[in-house]
Amino acid sequence: MRKDEVPQDQGILENYKEVVYAVDDRGRYIPVSSKGWSAKTEANELAWAGINLQIEKTRSLVLAGKLSPLAYYMELNHMKPGLLGKYAGFSRWRVRRHLKPAVFSKLRSEVLEKYASVFNITVDRLKTMDN
Amino acid sequence: MHETFTHQHHAHCESGVFTSLLCHHGVEISESMIFGIGSGLFFSHLPFVKVYGFPLTAYRIAPGGIIKRVAKRLGIRLKFETFRDQEKGMFALDQALADGRPIGLQTGVFWLPFFPPAYRFQFNAHNLIVYGKEGDDYLISDPTLDRPVKCPSSDLKKARFSKGFLAPKGKMYYPVEIPRELDYRKAVSKGIREVCSKMLNRVHSLVGVPAIRALAKKIPAWPQKQGEKYAAAQLANLIRMQEEIGTGGAGFRFVYASFLQEAGDMLGMDELLVLSQRMTKVGDRWNSFAYKAAPVCKGRKKGRAVYGELRDILLDCADQEHGIFNDLRRIKI
Repeated sequence: MRKDEVPQDQGILENYKEVVYAVDDRGRYIPVSSKGWSAKTEANELAWAGINLQIEKTRSLVLAGKLSPLAYYMELNHMKPGLLGKYAGFSRWRVRRHLKPAVFSKLRSEVLEKYASVFNITVDRLKTMDN
Repeated sequence: MHETFTHQHHAHCESGVFTSLLCHHGVEISESMIFGIGSGLFFSHLPFVKVYGFPLTAYRIAPGGIIKRVAKRLGIRLKFETFRDQEKGMFALDQALADGRPIGLQTGVFWLPFFPPAYRFQFNAHNLIVYGKEGDDYLISDPTLDRPVKCPSSDLKKARFSKGFLAPKGKMYYPVEIPRELDYRKAVSKGIREVCSKMLNRVHSLVGVPAIRALAKKIPAWPQKQGEKYAAAQLANLIRMQEEIGTGGAGFRFVYASFLQEAGDMLGMDELLVLSQRMTKVGDRWNSFAYKAAPVCKGRKKGRAVYGELRDILLDCADQEHGIFNDLRRIKI
């Protein structure tokens, strides 16, 4: 890639820049600053579309009373029960149980606090799903 | 101390961090040199390891591998520490900073507030440098960003102790002993030899050129086998692994080409310069793969024909790389 071929498409990097290695007129390699590349942005957007779709699905299941709000926050933080368990210090099957609304509503406040601190939110928000 | 630390902007986090750390200690070395000596270039496609639901595709060696190899090959002694206890980990960081050292850290990116939001995934093998502390904020030099940033201690703690695949466990590191004379010739030779043997592996098709071929051959069947939608998502995932932040574009091929050029100049070996040019061509080819694949991901372009073209591009990359590493292997350094 020549330095004038380095893509400069404003996108997901926002106001940051990144370094790309390219050759100058004499064929020498130099680091070149780039604003981003549309191909990358598109692939990245697709990944987020998939994640956001999953979050929305979970959200409606929570609203329908089929899952506890914990499921929503878990999804929002790109986690599965195993990973959330590692953060909160519970086993995977215990986290899975807490995804049931009936179990979740009876959880002790210490347990809720652990989850809330993983997600950087308050216990009240954990119970409600408000953003 | 931090008045004396200079932030540097690099293409890739791990090689960037190590370059900045060495420069701080007076070693003049480029990122591409570190990447080459550390045998950073790689290819691997592991269908049975899933990340975010997609097969793991790596264009570089396992995290931490570059630093470890460069240190060994140049005779640099590093201190590595990991922690069980988060408080102890933060305390040790403060202590080391008080001694006036910039510190390399492995972190997760999901919890870093300064990181571009589009890149905040649960990914645990990011590297950055902490070079000071102001009140509750750590001063951070993230080599993939164009300027130094600040990070509150609670967020940094979370990032250092993020969980899951490749969990950093608070890992911190810094050089403790750097030899006055560095033997670049030997280090370059070792770095090149390892890359060649890995890329030319003939035992299985999970690693190296055979892995590129194996992946290429699977691509045309994706839309039928997995449905258009999942096939597109999988393509997008390939591009992301190839191009996303810290990979410096085209799966590190350009960084490696830059290394070959620098090594050729340093050792006065024109053969390496020629190979550098060939490596650049492969990098361009990988780039064109991403260009071709992106519209398919977005659904702007449909049709199975594109998948066939993509296979051909990858097969071409594989052939070219096979030739390059075969020739590179034969060069006596």
